[in-house]
Amino acid sequence: MKWGVLIFPGTWSHQDFAHVFQDVLQVEWGYLWHKETSVAGYDCLILPGGFAHGDYLRCGAIARFSPIMDAVVRFARNGGPVMGSCNGFQILCEAGLLPGALLRNDSLQYRCRWVHIRTERRDTPFTRTSRPGQVLKIPISHGEGRYSAPPQTLAKLRSNGQIVFRYATPDGQITDEANPNGSLENIAGICNEGRNVLGLMPHPERASETLLGSEDGRVLFEGLLAGALPR
Amino acid sequence: MHEPSAITPDLVAQHGITPEEYARIRTILGRDPNFTELGIFSVMWSEHCSYKSSRVYLAELPTRGDCILQGPGENAGVVDIGDGLAIVFKMESHNHPSFIEPFQGAATGVGGIIRDIFTMGARPIALLDPLRFGPLTKGKSRYLADGVVAGIAAYGNAVGVPTVGGELCVSETYAGNPLVNVFCLGIAPTNRIFLARASGEGNPVIYVGAKTGRDGIHGATMASETFDEGSEERRPTVQVGDPFKEKLLIEACLEVMETDALVGIQDMGAAGLTCSSCEMASRGGTGIEIDLARVPRRETGMIPYEVMLSESQERMLLVVRRGTERQVMDLFHKWDLDAVIVGRVTGDGLLRVKDGERVVAEIPAVALAEEGPVYHRPVRRPAYLTETEQADLSGLSLPEKLDQVLLDLLGSPNIASKQPVWQQYDHMLFCNTVVEPGSDAAVLRVQGTRKGLALAADGNGRYTYLDPYEGGKLAVAEAARNVVCAGARPLAITNCLNFGNPERPEIMWQFAEAVRGMGDACRALQTPVTGGNVSFYNETLGTAIFPTPIVGMVGLLEDIAHATTQRFKAQGDVVFLLGETREELGGSEYLKVVHGLEVGRPPALDLTRERAVQQVCLEVIRAGGVSSAHDCADGGLAVALAECCMTTPKAWLGATLTLPGEMRPDALLFGESASRIVVSVRPDKTESVRAMARRHGVPCVELGMVGGDHLMLRGQGFSLRLSVEAIHWAWGTGLSRALK
Repeated sequence: MKWGVLIFPGTWSHQDFAHVFQDVLQVEWGYLWHKETSVAGYDCLILPGGFAHGDYLRCGAIARFSPIMDAVVRFARNGGPVMGSCNGFQILCEAGLLPGALLRNDSLQYRCRWVHIRTERRDTPFTRTSRPGQVLKIPISHGEGRYSAPPQTLAKLRSNGQIVFRYATPDGQITDEANPNGSLENIAGICNEGRNVLGLMPHPERASETLLGSEDGRVLFEGLLAGALPR
Repeated sequence: MHEPSAITPDLVAQHGITPEEYARIRTILGRDPNFTELGIFSVMWSEHCSYKSSRVYLAELPTRGDCILQGPGENAGVVDIGDGLAIVFKMESHNHPSFIEPFQGAATGVGGIIRDIFTMGARPIALLDPLRFGPLTKGKSRYLADGVVAGIAAYGNAVGVPTVGGELCVSETYAGNPLVNVFCLGIAPTNRIFLARASGEGNPVIYVGAKTGRDGIHGATMASETFDEGSEERRPTVQVGDPFKEKLLIEACLEVMETDALVGIQDMGAAGLTCSSCEMASRGGTGIEIDLARVPRRETGMIPYEVMLSESQERMLLVVRRGTERQVMDLFHKWDLDAVIVGRVTGDGLLRVKDGERVVAEIPAVALAEEGPVYHRPVRRPAYLTETEQADLSGLSLPEKLDQVLLDLLGSPNIASKQPVWQQYDHMLFCNTVVEPGSDAAVLRVQGTRKGLALAADGNGRYTYLDPYEGGKLAVAEAARNVVCAGARPLAITNCLNFGNPERPEIMWQFAEAVRGMGDACRALQTPVTGGNVSFYNETLGTAIFPTPIVGMVGLLEDIAHATTQRFKAQGDVVFLLGETREELGGSEYLKVVHGLEVGRPPALDLTRERAVQQVCLEVIRAGGVSSAHDCADGGLAVALAECCMTTPKAWLGATLTLPGEMRPDALLFGESASRIVVSVRPDKTESVRAMARRHGVPCVELGMVGGDHLMLRGQGFSLRLSVEAIHWAWGTGLSRALK
């Protein structure tokens, strides 16, 4: 099980994923530079947070044209697990691997804070070891995280069970107050129809050690690691 | 821009150069300068770049210590923290640009200080932003505050350096002149620190980063003047930042630093290409020749004067070993950055600027960088002090409802929670943030070690206004106390000295006294000064700000497990006050908020006592069993205790406490006596706390116990009872109410 962490110019969370893979989970991992054209040898791809290509034009709009994205799309279409967090989620939406879009927070401000998200689906490779309805304490850090999609897309997401995480209160209630950015239906993370591509605004890598306030985020890696041998 | 045909006295004066300085320039050159040279001298000899008014005083600050690897004089200070690692940090001001254009002014301030850090070979991992504005109810101050915070957020978040703390204070004194100070800290292997030195005759000089435009020309000179009605017309002297480009520069430069190609490196900040080239040559004891025709431009028709003085952001100047050019260029091209060889190191000690074949400037580098004018400006004790010192506070009316006073103070902008601000900054990136903004100091773990770093910024303009010497001392002491409360030993400071016009003797006196106070405190607390920044001319229409020295303090935790926050943790814990409360209301937040007065003397500070209190606090934390530690500062003991009660919503922890002392109740509750720390400890640790305090001769009083959902404070002549919910509401919503 080897994790590939993508780096676009302007990406900044790659180091944090690397830290979690190297020092916390002690698993095999490697960086993938955006100008590379192959992802051969990797079993799961991570698109980390940051401001890829400065997020100029629109978040993720330029990154989808980075050379590596063709290989990422092929990998995903073949069922390979891909997780995009924060800016990575935005890029996956721009690349057409996930439906919908992430708009400016309703506060019109950047928000960095702890939130709670409720696990809505355990039938993805990332959440399969979660408890039903497990609530994760996890940070967000974004200016554009308000999930939005047309009604028919939203209906499809619902009927296909593609809504994986919703912002919730610590005890798992889905309320307006628990929604940090105005996302439709408190959506914090979704998957594709094939269930192998996950996008979420929160940062699981920042919630992987008790020293930093939570290790709830580890469950997202553990789903894939269960069954895989440690390094 | 057209080059004027002659250097007239008017032109010289417009460049802020005095007739005496001009005569000196003629002596150095042995001739009249041309227009380009005049421009170069004007920026290098500006107050901002030359420190001509402050130099004689700064020389008195302690700068040496066992762990200091690099003191003032480089882009940033370097301190050894063991384990083969060093921290690199500095603070700078961006007050003037932020007043003219708050968003970009603040953004480029962040960009500039980050470059100072990675220039030294360190990866920037934390920012702090001490800010000062006028009352937020006023339209202009509100606009400035919103713009500055948005600018810091936009740049810091995008470039990927977490903002882990800072300060926000409001006062009428800053209405015409806000303060935007920015602190950055980076971490580097001790054996891989880079200096801004050009050495090795014939080595190529490489320009990297953004193209040069006309933005920011004379920014350094602008920062060396006071403001008048027309100041906003200077908007073009403020640069525009590009955090994405800076992120690329950080990564590319750190990669180059891993090779053995690099000889010296400096960012192009104030005075751009001029400052970076002549300072590198001067420090290296060499000369530099650059050809402006090779400098990447984003505008056409720029004359040499403009290219040399441009302050376009996100540019670096490198000297590399001959023969490594290709390797270095390839690395920058990987990151899609412009990198061009623009010159070479020479042996003649001159900054020689060419435009193609034509020499357009030729000046001894040392003369520009090191031999600028030094002034012993006249000083005079300001007359207002006689009045403020003599203010009789004994006749002050005692408010009837002290509980309401406490709520009012908690909700006042200077004390209220700053979460509405810091939640706009990414403060968690890099997975280091162990204590988030909102406690006395931010705490970061140092990856790969057991260690941690505590960072705090502090400075009280009102104290310094009422007594500059004591104000300087108090700023250092309080910043040190903050990191101590987080469980760290204070290591060293950087500072940003924000003052008015130094040509006025009263301002110069304030400066001299404040620096003297800081020096004494730094010596007593063994926290040397590793560098910093002086910002003079913080005046609008002849009114100066309160003298505001701000201290950026770094402390070291040998074991991150000792990281401590200010908040109560457990029912039944015992609350102690270390230190002593005296009847001192002068300069307090209470006096300002409740009585509208800014008079009296700031609290007296005995540095020996201060050191002892800090020592006891550190010892009890290290011994284990301490649940919380909190410095008593703005708003006094009552505010400090109320702040201890605010944990997380729905996890209220109150306390029932008796405050000893025979004095006016308001002085006991809200006076700001220095050298006091509130700690809460496990019940089985009370004896050891008392014993440690006794050993250091520090007063240590048991105030009571943590528990319940109310804060109860009793003392001679008063009894207060407030629900923690009410306290939390007042404190938590204070800033957003002020912003409505």
